[in-house]
Amino acid sequence: MTLNLKSLLTVTSVAAALMASSALAQTELRMMWYNDGSEGEVMQTILDRFEADNPDITVVLDVVPYKAVLESLPIQLAAGAGPDIARVTDLGGLSEYYLDLSPYVSDTEYWETSFGPFLNWLAPDSDRISGFMTQLTVTGPYVNKTLFEQAEVTMPGDGATWDDWATAVVVVADKLDIPIPMAWDRSGHRVAGPAIAMGAKMFDADGNPALVDGGLKKMAQRLYDWHQDGTMSKELWGSVSGSTYLGANEDFANAQVVFYMSGSWQIPQFANKIGDAFDWWAVPAPCGDAACTGMPGGAALVALQDTKHPEEVGKLMDFLAQEENLAEFYGKTLFIPGHLGLATGGVEFATDDPRAKHALETFSGAVPTISQTAFDLQGYKNNRVLFNALISRLNEAIVGELTLEQAYARMEEDVANQLAELNR
Amino acid sequence: MANLTDRIKISDRLAGAAAWLVLQFFRLFEIPLSFIQRIVGVRGMPWIFLLPNLAFFGLFVVIPLCINLAFSFTGGTDLYLSDRVYTGTEQYGFLLDCETFGDPITCREDRFWKGLYNTATFTVFQVTFLVLFSMITALILNREIRGRGFFRAVFFFPVLLSPVVVALIWKWILLRDGILNAFLVSVGLDKILFFVSPEWSMFWAVFVSIWAHMGFYTLILLAGLQAIPPDLYEAAEMDGTSKERVFWRITLPLLWPNLLVVVVLALIKGVQIFDEVFVLTGGGPGTATQFIVQYIYNTGFTEPVRNFGLASAASIVLGLVLFVLTITQLAATRARDNG
Repeated sequence: MTLNLKSLLTVTSVAAALMASSALAQTELRMMWYNDGSEGEVMQTILDRFEADNPDITVVLDVVPYKAVLESLPIQLAAGAGPDIARVTDLGGLSEYYLDLSPYVSDTEYWETSFGPFLNWLAPDSDRISGFMTQLTVTGPYVNKTLFEQAEVTMPGDGATWDDWATAVVVVADKLDIPIPMAWDRSGHRVAGPAIAMGAKMFDADGNPALVDGGLKKMAQRLYDWHQDGTMSKELWGSVSGSTYLGANEDFANAQVVFYMSGSWQIPQFANKIGDAFDWWAVPAPCGDAACTGMPGGAALVALQDTKHPEEVGKLMDFLAQEENLAEFYGKTLFIPGHLGLATGGVEFATDDPRAKHALETFSGAVPTISQTAFDLQGYKNNRVLFNALISRLNEAIVGELTLEQAYARMEEDVANQLAELNR
Repeated sequence: MANLTDRIKISDRLAGAAAWLVLQFFRLFEIPLSFIQRIVGVRGMPWIFLLPNLAFFGLFVVIPLCINLAFSFTGGTDLYLSDRVYTGTEQYGFLLDCETFGDPITCREDRFWKGLYNTATFTVFQVTFLVLFSMITALILNREIRGRGFFRAVFFFPVLLSPVVVALIWKWILLRDGILNAFLVSVGLDKILFFVSPEWSMFWAVFVSIWAHMGFYTLILLAGLQAIPPDLYEAAEMDGTSKERVFWRITLPLLWPNLLVVVVLALIKGVQIFDEVFVLTGGGPGTATQFIVQYIYNTGFTEPVRNFGLASAASIVLGLVLFVLTITQLAATRARDNG
């Protein structure tokens, strides 16, 4: 009987140990991620450290195309079948699906002091803590400086206007037979900064969105004219429909573009792809009648409310948001820090490339010059409604399907219709 | 000799055992089927045999169709029907609100109408040339030419490719630095930016679609040509009938049932065009190659405000167009069969 009892206890202990060990390995968190450069690899090394410290949690980094984050993730979230964590750029637009991490992080004050203004971008209507910025971005142009030197054309300096740049890049392209003098990412976000520079207000006196005004029309007219006179190629904006995003990064890297309006997130890619093949040079945002501003923005890592493991998600997010981990992440990825402590204290960027260093300094230095309107627009949770109406209708005017006046009227109708649908 | 007899006996026994096993297997169904037959009667049995297919059809066609119809009477951005706002026929009213139906710009939802007109243009050109080229190819491949089997395989090969692969291949050929422009430059011509021109974009959309699908329709027509009795041609030859007259008086009338199938199938596929052109041109330039299915996809899934109600209403309209085409096919087939 004693023997039997001993055997029973032994079997029970072994079974309990097995069950406990299997329970330890049971929590799997899925993180949806997209890459601009090598940030996925950097994130994976940090995740490996987290998993070593927390053997009961496994984190699967699901790397997907950026388009999937824009188009598939919202549907997954609406269906309640999204990942536990995701890297997103529609910061406010998806905010209804974010998890409030406040009960799950160890020190909410740290989060508020480190990510203060950006937390509002993620939760425009509340004080929730939902995630942190994996990068702060600023839109602005890159110039192929080597082409300017070869063409013996002086590059416009600080304070140069959009018109100054347009004139200069056409001269360079003509002299060297470069097919595309100027290219902009096909994105409403990219147009918004220059439109604000021209005086666009984006909101009316009551704070309601008001896309079309004199400032926006000034910039839209220029974009239209530049596409007609060949300063910009219709290949990029004109070759697809709707609000489809297209970048000219490949053309710029292949020295087919003199001036490329994009943003700080291209730095790691250009450092890697172009290297020292030519001098790719970030320049301050060109000026309009009202300001010299780009648009702020960025990508954030957010926790999602449909997760079945909020505590583990909180633990992971808390770990990733620690200053030493973010310093490593920003430093290795060459991203502008979205952590206030690191932004003021400085990050040691892992590059010796003078072009990359100059670009990082240029874009970081541009942050104080960003217009308040641009910050307000970035903080507006339905800003993509405005961006998409702008880009799709302006494109229809550029290819000749609408006049500019018809396009403006359609932009306003699109915004009104979509917001009405949203508010039903 | 004795060995051979033994072997035959063994194989007979094995075959007998296998047959017995098969018989027992089917007898397993006899009891439940007899039971069901007693309940539903002999006349109800066909429905029992159709049940698996009907269930599949219901689950994947009828139920989604009903859900889609229900969505078209709702608004808002919620995904679940229970959370959505009932709007009656508002979405249809929004879609169909036009000052002049011939001019999409005067319509409230101009992109829907542009999509509709683009689809109609595409379908007319694509179906016409698809049927024409398939017919010519089938006539050639039906003749005793050298390497006939090889050419049949060549023409059928694109059908086996994924539409996305087809579109990507042609996109790489047609881009500014693609093979075709390299060729044009090599012969002293200027590069053509095909995807910037609405006309070129539509041309290539039609061309690529024909290239991708022609093999399938050629095969149908080839089967029809081979089913025509050769003695008819022999008789015509003996009579000294010209080749043109043989084609118009013998080949074409006897090929008509196959041709009708090809036309209707091509029409339906043409109206449903999406994947190849979406990858090839992205619907551009502007909205020049944005077809009705892409409009539905954009409205429901890619816009920041996902308007499932409007997308559903548009897909019901598309469904009605396809229904009319199918009815036309049935009517034409019946008219042909009756006389």
